[in-house]
Formats: sequence, C-alpha cells, structure tokens
Amino acid sequence: MKTIILRTASNYLLPVLLLFSIFILLRGHYLPGGGFVGGLIAAIAFVLHSFANGLKNTKSLLRFHPGFLMPAGLALSFFSGLSPIIFAGDPFMTGLWYHGHVPVLGSVGSALFFDMGVYLVVVGVTLTIIFTISEAP
Amino acid sequence: MTLVEYCRIVILPVLAFSVILILIRFFKGPSIADRIVALDLLITTGIGIIGVYTITSGSSTLLDTGMILALIAFLSTVALSYYLERRSKKK
Repeated sequence: MKTIILRTASNYLLPVLLLFSIFILLRGHYLPGGGFVGGLIAAIAFVLHSFANGLKNTKSLLRFHPGFLMPAGLALSFFSGLSPIIFAGDPFMTGLWYHGHVPVLGSVGSALFFDMGVYLVVVGVTLTIIFTISEAP
Repeated sequence: MTLVEYCRIVILPVLAFSVILILIRFFKGPSIADRIVALDLLITTGIGIIGVYTITSGSSTLLDTGMILALIAFLSTVALSYYLERRSKKK
C-alpha cells in the first residue's frame, strides 16, 4: 500500500508500540500484562510496518528470520527455570528473587527472565505465521 | 449532579444507544466498506465506555486497554481495506 499518510504514521508508531510492549512486559507480574500480551503487541508493531512499507523492508529491518527468536526464547525460559537448581539448590522452577530495588525494573527475579523468554517466543511465532501467510499469493 | 452521576445518567446511555445504532449499520450495511467503518466506530465507542468506567469506578486497570485499542484500532481498517483494494485490482 503506497499511501504517504500511513507510511509516515507507521514510522512513528513502530517505536511507540515497541516501547509499550516492553512496558506491558515489565509490569506483568502483579498487574495485567506479561510476556504473552507484550509479544503480541510487538508483533503487531512489525505487522503494521509491513503493511505500510512492504514485506521486504520489514524483513531488512529485522535483519534475521523471526523464527530464530523461538529457540532463543525457549532456551531463556528453560535456563530461568533451571537457575534455582544451579544457584540455590532448590527444586526446578522455584522463584528466585533479588532482594533489593532496581531503578527501572522494580524487583528482579527468575520469573522476569521466564516472561522475557515467553515474549521472544510469541514474537517469533506470530511473525513467522504472518510473514508466511502474506508471502503466499 | 456530580461528575460520576453525570457519567452514569447521561454519557453511558448515549454511548449505549450509539452502539445499538452502529450494530444496526454493521448488520445491515449494503457494502463491505460500510461494515468495516462500523467495526472501527464500534472500537472507538468501546474506548469511550472504558473511559466512563475508569471515571466512575476510579480504578485505572482498564485504561491501558483503552490506550492499546486506540493505537491498534485502525490496523483492522487498514488490513481489511488493503485486501479490498487487492481484490478489486484482480478483477
């Protein structure tokens, strides 16, 4: 679609939506939000960019195939579940929390890294599905 | 009349009535473009209802939903019109 209004708007909306998705990801533990919703919002940002600028430009913006995000996110989630066995000797997937205040994030624990893994997996899956569908004639 | 009463007595019925009118247009709509515009307008009215709920209840939980709806709502219109345009080009 070659309309200048949509293209200009999408250039400004892409960083805003990505920032909002990270905000949703970080507030997710005690409030509505989390990795899944944040990943969907980030995927929607890239879909909007591909509608306005074409699929090729979005792929060159991403630099690598979004399918590679799936194993990376799964590995991050798995190692966050594995970390209490390694560091504390607790059972698998026990929540480890750092008792202190980190300025932007609030409280940091293994649940945050699990959510980040979910975020990466959701972005990868959604973008792979949508790019495959829109490539089909 | 306080602000909360005004929201409950005046604004919420107006929004509900407009939702009914939009739904009539959505089901009746002669062309598919009418239905797309009705769908977009339905989401916008939903954002208004979320605003009224936030004022009357005083909880800001749903406010983020309204924000993300306002950011994304036009995406459905864009996508549907994109496919409409492609279909009319094929013919």
